[in-house]
This record gives sequence, C-alpha cells and structure tokens, in this order.
Amino acid sequence: MTIEVRNIVKRFGAFAALDHVDLKVETGELVALLGPSGSGKTTLLRIIAGLEWPDEGDIRFDGEDALKQGAGERHVGFVFQHYALFRHMTVFENVAFGLRVQPRAVRKSEAAIRARVHDLLDLVQLRWLAERYPSQLSGGQRQRIALARALAIEPRILLLDEPFGALDAKVRKELRQWLRTLHDEIHVTSLFVTHDQEEALEVANRVVVMDKGRIEQIGTPAEVYDNPRTAFVHAFIGESIVLPVEVRDGRVRLGASDLDLAADGAVSGPSQLFVRRHDMDVGPVGSGALEGAVRRVRTFGPVQRADVALTSAGGETLIEIDTPRDRRLAPGDIVGLHPRRYRIFAAEA
Amino acid sequence: MAEAESARAVRAREARNDALTEPRLVRLGIIALAVAFLTVFIVLPLVLVFAQAFGEGVAAYIAALADPEAQSAVVLTLTVAAISVGLNLVFGLVMAWAIAKFEFAGRTLLISLIDLPFSVSPVIAGLVFVLLFGAQSALGAWLIARDIPILFALPGIVLATTFVTFSFVARELIPLMLQQGTQEEEAAISLGASGWRAFVRVTLPNIKWGLIYGILLCNARAMGEFGAVSVVSGHIRGETNTMPLLVEILYNEYQIMAAFAVASLLALLAVVTLVVKAVLERRLAEGRRQRDH
Repeated sequence: MTIEVRNIVKRFGAFAALDHVDLKVETGELVALLGPSGSGKTTLLRIIAGLEWPDEGDIRFDGEDALKQGAGERHVGFVFQHYALFRHMTVFENVAFGLRVQPRAVRKSEAAIRARVHDLLDLVQLRWLAERYPSQLSGGQRQRIALARALAIEPRILLLDEPFGALDAKVRKELRQWLRTLHDEIHVTSLFVTHDQEEALEVANRVVVMDKGRIEQIGTPAEVYDNPRTAFVHAFIGESIVLPVEVRDGRVRLGASDLDLAADGAVSGPSQLFVRRHDMDVGPVGSGALEGAVRRVRTFGPVQRADVALTSAGGETLIEIDTPRDRRLAPGDIVGLHPRRYRIFAAEA
Repeated sequence: MAEAESARAVRAREARNDALTEPRLVRLGIIALAVAFLTVFIVLPLVLVFAQAFGEGVAAYIAALADPEAQSAVVLTLTVAAISVGLNLVFGLVMAWAIAKFEFAGRTLLISLIDLPFSVSPVIAGLVFVLLFGAQSALGAWLIARDIPILFALPGIVLATTFVTFSFVARELIPLMLQQGTQEEEAAISLGASGWRAFVRVTLPNIKWGLIYGILLCNARAMGEFGAVSVVSGHIRGETNTMPLLVEILYNEYQIMAAFAVASLLALLAVVTLVVKAVLERRLAEGRRQRDH
C-alpha cells in the first residue's frame, strides 16, 4: 500500500504544525519521520492515521482518498508512544480487541480469534504473558504487545509514534533490531516517528527529516548523512563542527583570514561552514586551512577526541575533532587542521 | 566500656527520634483530644440515635416504622434518590466526558460552574425552584394551568435534590478522566471500534470505581437532603414528606421515639455508605498504583 501526502497544512490556532507537506511512501517501505520536538512529525502521523484532520491537503492510500474515511475504516495499525494498552484487559484481550469489535458480518469465530491472537503473541515472542495485565509488563514487553495489537487487524499501513522513546538504552537497541527483522518478515508499509537520529538511520529504508512543520530532506540514511541539503539537516544528523564564515567572490573567509577552500558555488554573504568531526584532518602547522592549539584530549575505543582552540578564527573558538588513535595529540600541541569534506550553507537571517 | 558506648548510641538514637516526633506527653494528648472529639461529636450521637429509637422496645420501633406516614416517607425518599442519582449519573458522565476529552471555549467556566451546587446554600437552591415554578412565574402559571404539578410534588423534590447533588459524580470523574487522557480511546477507535463501543469497552471499565464512588456519595446526599427539599415539598403528610422532613415533623410533635426510629434508618444508611466508601477507596488506590507501574 502506498501512502501519498499532498500539500498538507495543519494549524493549531496561529501555529502551523504542518506547513504544506508532501510525501510519498512506497509499498513495503519502512520510513522514519525524524525531527526535533515540535517539528510536526507526530501530527503528520496522526493525520495519516485519521486521529487528526488536516486544514488543507490530501491523503491517499493507493490513490484512494483516505480523508473520506474515519480512523476505524482506514485499517491502519497505530502504536502509541506510551502504548495506550487497555489497562483493565489482559494481554490476550488487548490483542483480541480489534478482532472482537469488527462488525458481526465479518467477525471471526471465537476459535479463529484465539488462534490469530496466539499467532501474534508468538510473533512478538510473548505468548507466555497472555493472561497478564499491562501493569505487570516491562516497557519493552508493553511495546511489543502494542505492536501485536496493532497488527491484529491486518493493517494496510503500520504507524509507530516514538516506538522506542520510553525505553532504556539497552532495550531500545534490541527492539530496534527486532523491529527491523519483523518488518523484513511481514513487509507492511510502515512509518515511524522519532527524534533519535541513530534510530532513524539504523532502522529505516528512507528518512524524512522535518523541522518547523516542513520537510527539510527525504533520502536514504546514507544520503541524508553524507549529503545534507540544508544547514538544519547537517546540524541535526551526526555531530558537526560549525564555523561562521563569509563567502566573497568564491573565497571562504573566517574572520580576517582566507581559508583557501573552494566555495563550492556557495552564494556570497555570511555563511556557515559545516564539517563532520571525523572529517577534520590533523597535520603540522601550516598544512591546512586552519590552525589551533590542542586543549584537552581523551580517548575511547578507536577514537581520539580533542578540544582544539582555533587561532585562525581571530577569537577563541573551541571545536571538537575526532582523529584516529595513532595520530598522537597532547595538550599544548599547535596543529594545522584541514576539512577533508565540508559544506557551506548561507547563514540564516 | 563497650556498654557505656552502646548506651550512648541508644541515647543518641532517642535524641534523633525526639527531633522528629513530639514528646510522648504531647503525642498522647493530641491522640486523646482527637478520640474525645470523635466520641463526643460522632460516636455518641450515633449511639444516642439508636438508643432513643429502641428506647420503648423493639415492638414500638417496628410499629413506628410501620406507620403509613413513615412508609410513605421511605418510599418517597428512595424514589427521589433513585431518580436524582440516575439523572446525575448521566449528567456527570456527560460533563466529565466533555471536559476531560475535548478542548472547547468555556471549558474552564464549566468546571467552576460544576461546583456551584456545593457552594450555594440548599435553601437558596430550593427557593430558586419556587421562583421558577411558583404560581407567580409565567412558567409556573403555564404548568399549573395544564395541571402539571412541579412544586409541592415529586417533580419539585426531584429537581431540588438533583440540583443539590449535581456535583458528586462529575467531580469524582473529571480528575480521573483527565489523568487517563484519551489515548486508550484513540487506540480503540483506530482498531475499528465505534465511539459507543470504545466508551463501553474502554472508558467505562477505566472509570468504574470512581463512578461507583461518585454515585455512592451522590446517593447519600440525595437521601439526607433537608434544606432544598423542605422549601419545595410543601410538607403534605403522607405525600411529599421525605425521611429527613418527617423526622423534623415528628420531633416537633414530641413524638421523640418515632422521630429517632426514622432517623435511625438514615443513620444506618450513613454507616453503610461509610463502609462501602472505605472498600471503594481501597479499590481506587489499587487502581492508581497499578497505573503508576
């Protein structure tokens, strides 16, 4: 099932939660809506589910107008951020709910319902918890039950709101892996909301980066990481060093000094130079576009991280760089720095 | 040496305890005061009611309750309570639903209006209905012309009682429903349930204990209401006297024993209410603990 979002606008009073959003999700994709809180990602998810209605625009499932249907008619599985399990029902009854409320004409027999629920509990590997109540489950278990409940209605689309948001780091990692595997198994078109870039990059086929009710970039995890289209995407995804520069006649200037970097066709004017922490090469003084004094060094794993005070920046600009451990640095060293890869974006007015 | 040290440790511990609690004498004094107060103001009157009621023997007690006027008062009280509790159950649910699940203009105003019946004197509540339905008002005249009795009849008593007991159910439900939010209902809807099914299968079970608690308080107040009912009832013997009104009439006529016999029924109701309330509170607390998990 494809999802087409066309020109969606949603206002809460004067605040535009979604500002003319267009998006197309192909059948069987697993797409992440990534953005900071308030970027409109959850609102978009709720509009697709039918829990919220847009002020303008169009939602189409396989070309069919979804806005004509209520939430219950869209056959959308929705997993809520805090799971929203029915607290007075057992795990079994929670999963069975969607099957039991079907119109009599299409409702399955009790035996068929039981079989289906048991299949789903097997799928999420929690059959042994069938008679428990939600309050007796751990966060990760609740999450998986919520997913089983959403899958019970054989949804055409699966929507997940911050599916791992309320879990601790270790469980989150496990569930991420598990969701990825599950999606490969059942292949239902899925869309999930997250503010965690690592989660989005690791789980999704495609990532939709949102900010302030607009889509900043849509692409594969590699695309949005390696070729961020806007300053926001560069800053939001991955760790970045940001330097305020001035582009003039194809030259890049930092303070008073010319950095001797290609401006890459950037427009003249105040700009920002973005460099990934690990894309900054360290060499002897004079070897690079920048120069600085090492202030502090710490090592963990394969990485050596150093705070470097840029002297070429005029004032005291402190940046953090990652270098391999074999390039020994010590506090007090004066080094040359050269951005191996970088991007220049016009500074925001 | 070691003993001396441990003795010092004990003293130190006692000193620490002293810092946290009052001296023994003060503690005992406060407890005694509380117990004495409860005894004089609550236990003693309750005992007295029953002592007076049975003062002339069980046979006289039964005879007093078997009196047609007493019977009619009991029936009227139960009828009025049943209708007003039923009405307030529906109003309370609708109000709480509207306030907890929707955002709309005037919501805050509605929340404060719910408390009005609590803050207004019951006598004034009764007078409002006299003004509204009395012969001197247009509406009252119109109703009287069509032979539809409101004042000095069952409808008036029900209206006054319903007004006075209006807040109980809604007040109990609103905080509960606000705390629970709307996510479970949304989940039910997105799983294909109709609004009504979501209400019956999800909302109602979640607010069950709070609802029963509200009904209980509402019922206790409805049966015991005196002021508002007194104004609208007209005190027609054997017709519009509820139990509290009958108690007053009997008492004023120096039928002390009969007055206390009827009063004992009301007192019994209070005790039952108290017990059920204690049980419900425990269930509510359990429910809350479960949610916090």
